[in-house]
Amino acid sequence: MTITGIAAIGAGLAAIGAGVGIGKIGGSAMDAMARQPEMHGKIQSSALILAAFVEAVALFGVVVAFLQG
Amino acid sequence: MNTFRTVLFTTLFLALSFIGFATDKEPSKDDAPFDPKAMILHHVKDAHEFHLWDWKGSPVSLSLPIIVWTDNGLTSFSSSEFHHDDEGQTIVEANGGRFVKLHEKIYQLDSGATAVAYDAEHHPTNANKPLDFSITRNVFMMWVSVALLLFIFLTTARSYKNSKDGVPTGIAGFMEPLIIFVRDEIGKPMIGEHKYKRYMPYLLTIFFFIWINNIFGLIPILNGANLSGNIAFTFTLAVFTFIITTFSGNKNYWKHIFWMPGVPVPMKLFLMPIEIIGMFVKPISLMIRLFANITAGHVIILALMSLIFVFKSVAIAPVSVAFSLFITVIEIIVTAIQAYIFTILSALYFGMATEEEH
Repeated sequence: MTITGIAAIGAGLAAIGAGVGIGKIGGSAMDAMARQPEMHGKIQSSALILAAFVEAVALFGVVVAFLQG
Repeated sequence: MNTFRTVLFTTLFLALSFIGFATDKEPSKDDAPFDPKAMILHHVKDAHEFHLWDWKGSPVSLSLPIIVWTDNGLTSFSSSEFHHDDEGQTIVEANGGRFVKLHEKIYQLDSGATAVAYDAEHHPTNANKPLDFSITRNVFMMWVSVALLLFIFLTTARSYKNSKDGVPTGIAGFMEPLIIFVRDEIGKPMIGEHKYKRYMPYLLTIFFFIWINNIFGLIPILNGANLSGNIAFTFTLAVFTFIITTFSGNKNYWKHIFWMPGVPVPMKLFLMPIEIIGMFVKPISLMIRLFANITAGHVIILALMSLIFVFKSVAIAPVSVAFSLFITVIEIIVTAIQAYIFTILSALYFGMATEEEH
């Protein structure tokens, strides 16, 4: 297997991790919003910030894969 | 009427964008195999000209000036003198120096050299890079966005000055909710009611500057001047945030970094290096996040469009266009989200730096 193939697999693994992470954040944010609709705005902005943190890690993976591939 | 106009402009805008995309993709030599990676990198990187489209095999472009600092002083000439050569073939003589353009970098040939010689890794051996102050397309787009922002905000400010009862008119009516949003959703909750005012000019500036440049990056006829997907640009913004955080840090902030209160002494010693690293990791993550998000968006759109040329089939085109339209719509949301995230995290760091002991 070439280094490009391995880099692509790495990028895929990073995407899986980010998918699980953002999925959990989104699910929990939905739960919280359903329980307390009046907190909707605050929950949404914190969920977005947390999603950005998770996504950043996945993007580190993508950048590294892009540099190697 | 208004709806009709909106639909018309949206359609025209989208039509324009795909003309821009489709004509760019054509490989310059018909027999050479299409290389999507080279094409994507070429589009994501900075350049010395705006390549608009190819017309009958020759590129139509807007040339930008090249300004370099050499031993003979400041030298400038138009990038059109390279005749779209990016392989170091065309030599331009200016101000006693001889220059070539290789992969969008300007090299000055050593005296006596008549052609570029390369080592095994395709780096020139008889040429070096002078200090480059060229107006590249990123610099140009940055100036355009600065001019646009100045126009928008000076008009807004004047509208408040002239109105008697403080009611916004014209463009100010559009900007007011956005400014209020940055103040009430970002500044106040993250920094605190008493201290947010000092930081509002910076927060508003980065929010609108990043947002407008993200949007400019999505206009394909400008050949995706990928300013906010340029690591030097995001690095500079992150350094500003770092400097402001560091200089507004109070006693409480530094105590939390060097001598964490409320934990035993071995733990204090253990936490100190982690906190010091954290001080630098925060702006670095800001830098990488914006850079990688915007660049990834561009890469995905371009990769979807290059599928047509990889498969050499028109049948792929509807799928490619549909998917890249879908991604483009997502990217329009991402432009705003990334500007918001950068601003809110900067505000969060300022808030941490100025927090009082509790």
